[in-house]
Amino acid sequence: MKTDFLEISNGEAISRNQIPHLSFDAFHQEALDIVGNGGKVVHYFAYSDGGSVKLLAVLRTDTLLVAGCDAPEAYPSLSNQCEPFHMFEREMAEQFGIRPEGHPWLKMVRYHPNCRNVPDVFGNNYQEDIPGNYDYYSVEGEEIHEVAVGPVHAGVIEPGHFRFNCIGERVLNLEIQLGYQHRGIETLLTQVDAKRLPVLAESIAGDTTVGHSLCMAQAMEALSSAGPDAGAKIIRTIDFELERIQNHVGDLGALSGDVAFLPPANYCGRMRGDFLNMALLLCGNRFSKGFIRPGGVLFSMDNEVRNILIERIVEIKPQVKHVIELLFSTSSVRSRFEGCGAVSKSDAEKLGLVGPAGRACGIPYDVRRCFPTEHYGNLDIPENAEPTGDVYARAKVRADEVMQSIDLIQSMLNDPVETNCVGSGNVSPAPSSFVVTVNEAWRGEVSHCVLTDAESNILRYKIKDPSFHNWNGLSMSLRDTEISDFPLNNKSYNLSYCGFDL
Amino acid sequence: MLNTLKNRFEQGYRTSRYPLEKIALWKRYRGMPQINKNAPADLVCQCAEACPQDAIDAENRLIDMGRCIFCGTCERISKGQFISFTQDFEISVAEKKHLLTDGTLSSLADHSKQHFKKLFGRSLQLRQVSAAGCNACEADLNVLATPFFDLARFGINFVASPRHSDGIVVTGPISRNMKTALLKTYEAVPDPKVVIAVGSCTLTGGPFRGSPEITEGLDSLLPVDLFIPGCPPHPLTNLHALLTYFK
Repeated sequence: MKTDFLEISNGEAISRNQIPHLSFDAFHQEALDIVGNGGKVVHYFAYSDGGSVKLLAVLRTDTLLVAGCDAPEAYPSLSNQCEPFHMFEREMAEQFGIRPEGHPWLKMVRYHPNCRNVPDVFGNNYQEDIPGNYDYYSVEGEEIHEVAVGPVHAGVIEPGHFRFNCIGERVLNLEIQLGYQHRGIETLLTQVDAKRLPVLAESIAGDTTVGHSLCMAQAMEALSSAGPDAGAKIIRTIDFELERIQNHVGDLGALSGDVAFLPPANYCGRMRGDFLNMALLLCGNRFSKGFIRPGGVLFSMDNEVRNILIERIVEIKPQVKHVIELLFSTSSVRSRFEGCGAVSKSDAEKLGLVGPAGRACGIPYDVRRCFPTEHYGNLDIPENAEPTGDVYARAKVRADEVMQSIDLIQSMLNDPVETNCVGSGNVSPAPSSFVVTVNEAWRGEVSHCVLTDAESNILRYKIKDPSFHNWNGLSMSLRDTEISDFPLNNKSYNLSYCGFDL
Repeated sequence: MLNTLKNRFEQGYRTSRYPLEKIALWKRYRGMPQINKNAPADLVCQCAEACPQDAIDAENRLIDMGRCIFCGTCERISKGQFISFTQDFEISVAEKKHLLTDGTLSSLADHSKQHFKKLFGRSLQLRQVSAAGCNACEADLNVLATPFFDLARFGINFVASPRHSDGIVVTGPISRNMKTALLKTYEAVPDPKVVIAVGSCTLTGGPFRGSPEITEGLDSLLPVDLFIPGCPPHPLTNLHALLTYFK
């Protein structure tokens, strides 16, 4: 298909002049064509450049595509014709006050005033600090009841509000309102000293520290031509796979706990800790904070560390395998997992689900295979896809990935790894440039976009956590599902509140 | 059934004997900072300049553990000649001013409120409130319930309702959007109640300091009894703080 969008590689810095600047109509039409033909939206956001506001879209087919245009004050919504733009248009309306006319469900995303001080698109009064202060979608009828949960939840977890409309036990609609975690990270990233950038990236979502740190490091490396050496790439890939295992193992345990099968719940909880301690072995922090910096890593993996890691993995691997077998061979577990909270492949495509949530619906997309970064080009990443889209499929994909990731790590530990550790990791980016980086975090596609101005300052820093796509998948899973199965479905996705709220 | 038993034997007994037996953490772990008062002035300034958290007071040669995220930048720059991090994870304090340290820490047990020990020493029920935490502090509080730490054996539990709790454990930099919910949760806890602040964000705003969307320090909103530094604090740091302060 011929298009005016520019093909760009993952982590390739280009001059901003090279980004095709289209008329709004051409931009609009081509974006619709690409996504209508099976393309996906990676980014679609606005930014201020001097006095004017511009839009920028990064789409993906089998390649990444970028183009921009001048922003109108209002325009006919793209979501009306093409669902995957839905969240992006709402986010843009909130951040910049640009109104997508006729948007099918125009509501706030994170509950904060827009950055241009123009009238609020949603008519909110931000003097009241309550994102949940809003007329929720409600179903009417004599036997309908509503259940409101959050922002403070019953467990040790992040805040968000869930509003269920039910008839008896059956959920007709689940509406999710987030924003409680909003910390203003994107704005902060354009204001702080270079020394604070990696620290902020590590705190976007603590359970995806490696994913977000890699996105930032790769972006800064591309903008400053300060790439990591081969050893650093291997170490970062090992750490990234450890993060995947930590979270998947923890969630498999939580899923088991939610169907009242306690042995795997306890074993997985403990084993997750062992994988967190492997990150501590590498860098001194269980969540890999203070490890990845633009240009490489702050700690080498000497043979002492490598041998301990090999030993620990050899010891724990059969335990993990056996607990997963126990979980999936237990009939009471299977009967609760199977058929619960199913999302069809076509719905998943429209919602733009990514990562294990997408793969559980038969969408095999995996950044590690499609747009490999770090050491992934040298690894054989298996294609995972389950057809059923239910809790079972999400659990199965994640269980398979745990064992695959253990094998990947073992293969990377065979030979000694040498790297020159970076000093501070402070780099100065090139002026008037643009870069997009994409990685496969444990929840799916995580991506950062950086635009710099003529003085090399960061003009716009756009972050997208995979949860930005996947929260609507959870809503969809709950349709016609019993409300008592909510915790189970929620755990099967285990989405990020802070990664979404930024 | 056989499979269940086989797994049980393979998993074995995993619960730590801490605090009866000490635990030595891996040498790369960064706990209590040690400060060399006689380090050359230019080296001290260099460290203070490079600290991403601006946590170093160069003039008085102190480090603010409330701001510090234990990233080790100062240790790396000074090659340990000004600041080095030990593997001592017992770093919590009862008064905020004690976070500003020259490398020594007064014993937490000496600053515990004695009536808390009497009230909560045998049973302590806590309600956790994540107020814009990045899920790292939350996760390392959650693991206290796993078999290795097994918090419940000390009579301490995390509970679902503030009405059933003796206090709140707050994580995160308290976003504007979460402030009301946090204060309401606090109000819902019956008196007498404790407030525990966990992690650099809750103590001082952490990496988010300077953002108008957050609060720089829980103590500006509520009376805090126990400050647990770290980014995130190691689960053993949390465990030590709870056991020392309340037991």
